[in-house]
Amino acid sequence: MAMTPLTNRSKQVTRLRMTWVERIYLPAIAKGLSITLKHLFGKKVTYRYPEVLRPRPEVYRGMHVLKRDEAGAERCTACGLCALACPAEAITMQAAERKPGEEKLYREEKYARVYEINTLRCIFCGLCEDACPKEAIFLTSRLVPAENHRKNFIYGKDRLVESGPGAIDVSGRQTTAVAAFKKDMKHEHNRCGAAMGPAAAAGGHR
Amino acid sequence: MTEFLTTVFNLIQGILGVAPTTLALALPWMDIFWAFVYFVGAVILLIINVIMLIWIERRAAGFFQERVGPNRVGPFGLLQTVNDTIKLLGKEWIMPASADRMVFLIAPLLVVTVAVTMYGLLPYGPGITPVTLNVGILFFLAVSSTNTIAVLMAGWGSNNKYSLLGGMRTVAQIISYEIPMALSIIGIVMLSGSLDLGEIARSQSHVWYVFIQPVAFVIFTISALAELTKSPFDMTEAEQEFVAGYHTEYSGIRFTLFFMGEYANLFSMAALGVVLFFGGASGPWLPPWMWFIGKTYVFILFLLWIRWTFLRIRVDKMMKFNWKFLIPVALANLLVTGVGIKLWQHFVERSI
Repeated sequence: MAMTPLTNRSKQVTRLRMTWVERIYLPAIAKGLSITLKHLFGKKVTYRYPEVLRPRPEVYRGMHVLKRDEAGAERCTACGLCALACPAEAITMQAAERKPGEEKLYREEKYARVYEINTLRCIFCGLCEDACPKEAIFLTSRLVPAENHRKNFIYGKDRLVESGPGAIDVSGRQTTAVAAFKKDMKHEHNRCGAAMGPAAAAGGHR
Repeated sequence: MTEFLTTVFNLIQGILGVAPTTLALALPWMDIFWAFVYFVGAVILLIINVIMLIWIERRAAGFFQERVGPNRVGPFGLLQTVNDTIKLLGKEWIMPASADRMVFLIAPLLVVTVAVTMYGLLPYGPGITPVTLNVGILFFLAVSSTNTIAVLMAGWGSNNKYSLLGGMRTVAQIISYEIPMALSIIGIVMLSGSLDLGEIARSQSHVWYVFIQPVAFVIFTISALAELTKSPFDMTEAEQEFVAGYHTEYSGIRFTLFFMGEYANLFSMAALGVVLFFGGASGPWLPPWMWFIGKTYVFILFLLWIRWTFLRIRVDKMMKFNWKFLIPVALANLLVTGVGIKLWQHFVERSI
């Protein structure tokens, strides 16, 4: 009994017998050789790694940075929203109150005494950036280097807070959508963004 | 350069020719002494070749895959093989507890012995043929098939089913493909009228045999790839089927010897192809030995090109291809060659 198809989706397959030229395979072999010959002179796709790095886009999600503001004070207020948002639970922190005379160091009354990211747990999704109301944490195009010990992968403030001359440019990570969203928020400190000057910063926290 | 090398060669010959007589050695000792000199020369050539070939193989593989290959150790990565060899020498010598000791230990030595013997037969140029035999090509083929014994010994001695399967498959493959290879060579022998490798090379002074015997050349190339167990005929090392074939259980220097043997055979087989089809060491401007090495390396590059283009064919198809296609074609080619030679003699040579 011939099998009746339940649907009309079945296709009739045509299996043609190979011609004599196809059966001796020599044209196919020549074609195959020409393809590899083309690749022999093709552009090399590799980079000489330690000397030449593969270019990473501005919006690359690599190692984190804790930003300082224009006056050099840490922006993070240890609100814990990044830790809450983190799907990998890689972020932990301890808050402390700013003492008089530390205004140069910390931007607001509360700051993160300890701030740690376990870069082995981190999946570099960037949700901490989205959660941050202070524009304090950003992912950068830097890579987390290899380490010999597990404990070295837990990055504290010593390696997260930007230091030295010149701020790390994170404008690439501030996508237009995020910037627009933050601009619309009613809190003044979010409205200013990267363009905020010292005067605005002074008025930012009452 | 030519003068320099000739001078050096003559000097060595002079020193070595004089030295034994000053030592007042008897005639049989002279023969043994010269055999030793040729042996040392062949071993040095083999080692240099293996180092170059592994480098070329890896660089070519890289370039065919649009990467650069080893380029760190030494200029252009040339010392990579030296580095790897030192690493391999430093590795532990592992022997399976249930291995057949003698067979296991002799097999890698036999592979290299065969390779060195083949190096001694090649005509590198006029006056630089270590051993001239009037049955050179026959001896070459006979020695090269001794390789199968070493492979089977390695497979059997390891007492490992994968090694044994790989060894047996290699033997079946090499023995099968020796037939079309020999048949393709017989056509050349008929044309040149000699079994001497140097004589065959010299008889191509007017036209290379690759133009007279193109079918034989294709058959020779295919069987050479099969003899060398290079891709697309590398069933002996089909890692999906049996780990690494006959040398699965070998490590350290013994593995190095197998590796060396494989690449040494690649050179001697390509050199045989050059002698048979590309006029051996003949060529303008450059010294003959340079032409010989250059042609051989071009032929090796061609074999590598094939290797990095085609996939491994199935083992039963490989056998079918050999017995049902290659051998009949080789026989037909032999018939056509014989008839052609007779017609040539009858019509052309008589009229001249």
